[in-house]
Amino acid sequence: MRKLVIAAALAAAFGAAGAAHAQQHPVKIGMPLTLSGQFADAASQMLNGAKTYIKMHGDTVAGRKIELITKDVGGPAPDVAKRLSQELVVRDNVDILAGFVLTPNAMAGGDVSAEAKKFMVVMNAATSVVITKSPYMVRTSVTLPQVMETFGTWAATKGGVKQVYTMVTDYGPGHDSESAFQSAFKAAGGNVVGSVRFPVANPDFSAFVQRAKDIGPEAIFIFIPGGAQPAALGKAMAERGIDKKKTKVLGSGETTAEAALKSMGDTALDIITAWHYDYMDKNPVNQKFVKEYQAVSGGRNPDFFSIGGYDGMHAIYEALKKTKGNTDGQALVDAAKGLKWESPRGPMMIDPETRDVVQNVYIRRVQKVGNELVNVPFDTIPMVKDPAGERRKKK
Amino acid sequence: MESAKDYFRREVRWRPLEIAFWLAALLPFVAAPSYLSLASQVAITALFALSLDLLVGYAGLVSLGHAAFFGVGAYSAGLIAKHYWTEPISALFISAMVSGMLGYALSHIIVRFRHLALIMLTLGFGLLVHEAANSASALTGGADGLQGFRVPGVLGFKFDMFGRTAYAYSLLVLFVCFLICRRIIHSPFGLALRGMRENATRMPAIGAPSQAHLRKAYTLSAIMAGIAGALLTHTTSTVSLETLSFGRSADVLVILILGGAGRLYGGILGAIIYMVARDQFSGVNPQYWYFWIGLLLVAVVMFLPNGILGGLAKFSRRTSSTSASARS
Amino acid sequence: MLSSLAGVLFDGFAYGMLLFLLSVGLSVTLGMMNFVNLAHCSFAMVGGYTTVTLAGKFGWPFLATLPMAFLAAAVISFPLERFFFRRLYRASDLDQCLLTIGIVFISVAAFAWFFSTEQQSTQVPGWLQGSVQAGGMSFAAYRIFLIVTALITTGLLIWGLEYTRFGAQVRAAVDNQRMARGLGVDVDRAFMLTFALGGGLAGLGGALSIQVIGLDPTFALNYLVYVLIVVAVGGLGSVGGSFAAATVLGISDMAGKYYFPWLGAFLIYLVMVALLMWRPVGLFGKR
Repeated sequence: MRKLVIAAALAAAFGAAGAAHAQQHPVKIGMPLTLSGQFADAASQMLNGAKTYIKMHGDTVAGRKIELITKDVGGPAPDVAKRLSQELVVRDNVDILAGFVLTPNAMAGGDVSAEAKKFMVVMNAATSVVITKSPYMVRTSVTLPQVMETFGTWAATKGGVKQVYTMVTDYGPGHDSESAFQSAFKAAGGNVVGSVRFPVANPDFSAFVQRAKDIGPEAIFIFIPGGAQPAALGKAMAERGIDKKKTKVLGSGETTAEAALKSMGDTALDIITAWHYDYMDKNPVNQKFVKEYQAVSGGRNPDFFSIGGYDGMHAIYEALKKTKGNTDGQALVDAAKGLKWESPRGPMMIDPETRDVVQNVYIRRVQKVGNELVNVPFDTIPMVKDPAGERRKKK
Repeated sequence: MESAKDYFRREVRWRPLEIAFWLAALLPFVAAPSYLSLASQVAITALFALSLDLLVGYAGLVSLGHAAFFGVGAYSAGLIAKHYWTEPISALFISAMVSGMLGYALSHIIVRFRHLALIMLTLGFGLLVHEAANSASALTGGADGLQGFRVPGVLGFKFDMFGRTAYAYSLLVLFVCFLICRRIIHSPFGLALRGMRENATRMPAIGAPSQAHLRKAYTLSAIMAGIAGALLTHTTSTVSLETLSFGRSADVLVILILGGAGRLYGGILGAIIYMVARDQFSGVNPQYWYFWIGLLLVAVVMFLPNGILGGLAKFSRRTSSTSASARS
Repeated sequence: MLSSLAGVLFDGFAYGMLLFLLSVGLSVTLGMMNFVNLAHCSFAMVGGYTTVTLAGKFGWPFLATLPMAFLAAAVISFPLERFFFRRLYRASDLDQCLLTIGIVFISVAAFAWFFSTEQQSTQVPGWLQGSVQAGGMSFAAYRIFLIVTALITTGLLIWGLEYTRFGAQVRAAVDNQRMARGLGVDVDRAFMLTFALGGGLAGLGGALSIQVIGLDPTFALNYLVYVLIVVAVGGLGSVGGSFAAATVLGISDMAGKYYFPWLGAFLIYLVMVALLMWRPVGLFGKR
């Protein structure tokens, strides 16, 4: 009897120590990011967004400390992304996988998340099918169909555009945007008069812009990745004399990102874009975020990579609070489903069925406010679900 | 004066250092079990570098577009798996044949050129293959990579998260291809290649048909690169445009030069050092590891000319008065 | 239709001129010293970031930053040539590749550290923005500026090579180094100054290209391929060759994208492969 009591006491003591130990030891978040190479800027903005959240809300959740472990994937390299994700799970014992700037890397990470049953937060990769790769995955960034199909529908209806000529970059996201915009535009009664695809690293757009000008459409739809290209395209349009009053220019959000606006100058005026976030938005949640972000990033302004990182951390924190610090993959993803909150970008939610991001899509026009060029929103389509995800449900 | 047969027999004999090296390759299984995924990718890169060595170090043809064959092998393996044939060994043979055929076709053009024209032509063909894969996105998945396939395992062993099967598989294939390479180098064909590298004009004079030999070397090199690419597909169940990129071609050339071209083990050594260094540097400093790698490359060139093995050979020649053979 | 063709030709020529400025230095040093300097575009980055800093941080007018971009790149080349490149003039091509790639990696990381990975831009004066209307067509003012600058540079280079003593020394060293040394030409000094000149021109090209193709730390790797194409197609050691190659490549790239957009990126590589197969030493190459 006495032995039993001692045994029970010891078991209780070990149990309590074990639980206390579990409470003590930190939640490790493994982040495979493209910290070097072409996409380094995107990754560093994303990481800064995550760090800003941690700075604003403290580094302890549900009694456990948050620890970020970053690894460099180098670029679109799914073999490296997979290996790094595996090593994060096996060597570093991470509890959560997060980050993933590029789609092929997110797909590879998804495989590891599914096999290891780890909660995964995609903070950027925008191709719709990514979310299907693992049942433990949520996304806090954006999906291309979400924005582009909405834009296509808006353009043909409220936008009052009857014909469009589409120009996209010849790679995955470009193809996806092209088909999303075109299909929605046509479904809403519009007519696509032609299309062209730019080679991927194209530095000079004159020839393509000239072609568009020859056709003289009512509107031009553009999708190009960030970096140097949006400014080059904007300038080419001004040089070749595209009058934005006669030909509406409809672009994705990256066309009028901060660096692009700075470089294009007044040639950017009147470009209409559809996107989910702009750092200049005046809502108080965003203004606070931008101020904190500038302190963390050494003076830079946030962009949509940053907000993906910021909201990704929010999803992690809220899920952990709900599970009281339990990092089991199924528990966390169940806690994340249906999460609703007010982000600097506006209201957003994690869809309880598809685990994908649901948010507002803003239609903006570049205007001069004071002395600055600003993407001024003039229309909002609220709480848009990823249409491609909805279609997958019906199958 | 030893006979030709005796010469070859002497060259082909295994040196103790070589045996030690291959035994040491088994160490990661016990000494570093959490690094096996990395080890597997090192083995694959080593095979790729070995294939380039046949071309650069032995045939004397510098190529900046060798990733074309690596990628073609990788995509072949991926497409085979996508169409429900997931047995890897047979897929390896088929992928090798596909990249071999491409190599054979291109070799007719490539081997007629030298110097900068050769380098730029190989670069150009590499870039064209890359573009073609990007455009044919219905077949290849384009920038998002090939999706919708999985290679579960080889010979009954599952490809797991720890990389055990992956490393065993890659190491075995590397060893087999290495043995084949070794045989080729120490054969009359291999000697003819080296002769052509040293003096291309004299070789036809002694009856060695140079263009044909070079084409053969190019095709063999393409086959081996294709095998390496297929290995990557099998061990990771991913294929992307990066396998065809200029970056990969440039990386493998850097690795070969680092280790020392024309010394059989140069590619393997270069792959080990470069990839482990890169992994360690980027672990410590994920954003700026380029700096340390650059420093490593500069240091190696300044202190060890002709790559690490070249520098070591010079060092050993200086310290030992008798040396068996000038170059291995 | 004709006016749009003229517009495309003009833009293609301007783009070619930009490539020319970036590449001519490499052509001369490669032809003269047989030294494979893959770090050539790092000098372009030095020039570009010089302009960004002087114009952005210190408020210099754009045009005033251009000579400084040239000088900064030229000055950086002195210690590199003296302490690193000079030791490898007789080394193998492969070793030279390794060294210069190492330097590229170091420069990419260094610029990322100092300037972040952000995309850079500059303010150009108003008269360089917008376009000029002539004959019913519009020509971008900045592109006219690029063409004029490149033509002046070509003129100065050719005059320098043909009519100055230094130019004669450079030409002698390119043609036959041993003979030139035997005749008392200070070949080492000629190398050093030519290297600086080549680097400086790359720096100028880098500064000018910000407005057209942007600037970030990966520039040194991205444009290396195009520069190598121009140098190989033009022929080593030839200013005229680089000019011709850059023009052909720039125009065919533009015209190709206008008339056959589905050929897109293929065209520039196809043109290069075709030209090299036809003339392996390059259009104006010697050896």
